[in-house]
Amino acid sequence: MKNEILRLLENNSRLSAEEIAVMIGQETDVVKAMIKEMEREQVICGYNTLINWDHTDCNEVVTALIEVRVTPQRGEGFDRVAERLYQFNEVKSVYLMSGGFDFTVIIEGKTMKEVALFVGQKLAPLESVLSTATHFVLKKYKDYGVIFEEEKKDERMIVSP
Amino acid sequence: MINYDNIMIKRVTDVPPSGIRKFFDIVNEMGDAISLGVGEPDFDTPWHIREEGIYSLEQGKTFYSANAGVLELRQEICAYMKRRFNLEYDAKTQSLVTVGGSEGIDLAMRLLAGPGDEVLVPEPSFVSYKPCAIYAGATPVPLVTKAENNFRLTAKELRAAITPKTKVLVLPYPNNPTGAIMEKEDLEAIAEVLRETNIMVISDEIYAELTYGKKHVSIASIEGMYERTVVLSGFSKAYAMTGWRLGYALGPAPIIKQMIKIHQFAIMCAPSTSQFAAIEAMKNGDHDVAMMCESYNQRRRFMVDRFRKMGLECFEPEGAFYVFPCIKATGMGSEAFCETLLKEEKVAVVPGTAFGECGEGFIRCSYAYSIDALKEALERIENFVQRHLK
Repeated sequence: MKNEILRLLENNSRLSAEEIAVMIGQETDVVKAMIKEMEREQVICGYNTLINWDHTDCNEVVTALIEVRVTPQRGEGFDRVAERLYQFNEVKSVYLMSGGFDFTVIIEGKTMKEVALFVGQKLAPLESVLSTATHFVLKKYKDYGVIFEEEKKDERMIVSP
Repeated sequence: MINYDNIMIKRVTDVPPSGIRKFFDIVNEMGDAISLGVGEPDFDTPWHIREEGIYSLEQGKTFYSANAGVLELRQEICAYMKRRFNLEYDAKTQSLVTVGGSEGIDLAMRLLAGPGDEVLVPEPSFVSYKPCAIYAGATPVPLVTKAENNFRLTAKELRAAITPKTKVLVLPYPNNPTGAIMEKEDLEAIAEVLRETNIMVISDEIYAELTYGKKHVSIASIEGMYERTVVLSGFSKAYAMTGWRLGYALGPAPIIKQMIKIHQFAIMCAPSTSQFAAIEAMKNGDHDVAMMCESYNQRRRFMVDRFRKMGLECFEPEGAFYVFPCIKATGMGSEAFCETLLKEEKVAVVPGTAFGECGEGFIRCSYAYSIDALKEALERIENFVQRHLK
């Protein structure tokens, strides 16, 4: 049941506990308690809104994906380094990777220059960072399973047997 | 001047036009209505299935297939029937790939019923059974199913309807439009009546994957019924593949052999592209079906809850993707209800009478729509019902 609640919320976090309760055939109080519990356990970590900033007049968001190679720290491994990386407000996501580099860091800034300065002045100088490679995002087509520019029209016949 | 009415076969021209078609024309004129009227999924065909279809086109696999269908697909269908419903069919002699489930209805009817024969058709039900029986020259006999029996067919009603002329029983479960299902005990009671006869069952199981809480049971799996049953199903509903036009028929070898013959001379074969895509659906589609089914189930509960809260009796459907609420409390007939609702609130639903006379007093609402679309439509229906409730 928990997974079903999560699948519903993952697609639409605005569903109320009452609505979810009806949809999965449970009592509202049970659903409310479960959501609370999952929030406490950090299974549900937040309720964000997916925004396509390109469609606003405030198109001052630049996203960059940084490949970071680091030296893991004795006794702490990568976790300690990750902590140093994710504390910055500019950093939106940090993933530990397999393969040719260690971390993917996703950064948002107002301008390319701002992002470049951040990498040059904050990230790269960190003691454990060996090298960085910065890739700017030019256009977002799909994020978190949602296709951005798609106009979905219901083309089915309006009445059919 | 040719009088075509004198030329065309009266048996054919006398078949009344589909009640759905009539309503479709009205809705179409409205233009901006929102609809709960469709009988097909709102999901796109899963991409990996579409991609196999595209790949087959890239490979130039655009030729006819064997009349009965691509052997690999028939083998996959038989493996699927074993896996899902514990039914064993031999791919080479007991399976046929058809152009949608609908072609299967036509083939089976043409083979099993002719002039002088009676075909029992439980109603309310899908619109094609009666016309297909008539085109075959037979006489369809409606069997009224009732809300108080959960729209299931009872052995008593069946026994009362059987005459020496009865050749075929259509078994349309899970049911469009009521959402009713038949459970194992119900089918056993039906089987007990039929085992004493030579009546053949055309079991239309196109919604078999879409049941909620209870797994679908095929009458062919009941003792003594395997040899009396043609199972019809297809890819349209479970895999959201309506436009691919692909279904299948399974049954006793001598019957399938003759159905293949009709199909061979009338249709040649089902579309090849669709068949190649369907192989992928059978092999790797179980997860898609489960996810779609979960989503339908959520919307089903939402719909039933809303209709009951607005004061309409609503039978709890256990299959397909329709609810069939009773609108008698408004004092309106089905068609008047639908036309007034369309005019006043611009919502299209289908009158129950489109599925048989006994559908009077009911409307069919499809929940093959996003939850947001359903919310909007039900707001409007609620406003309407509050205004007209007697």
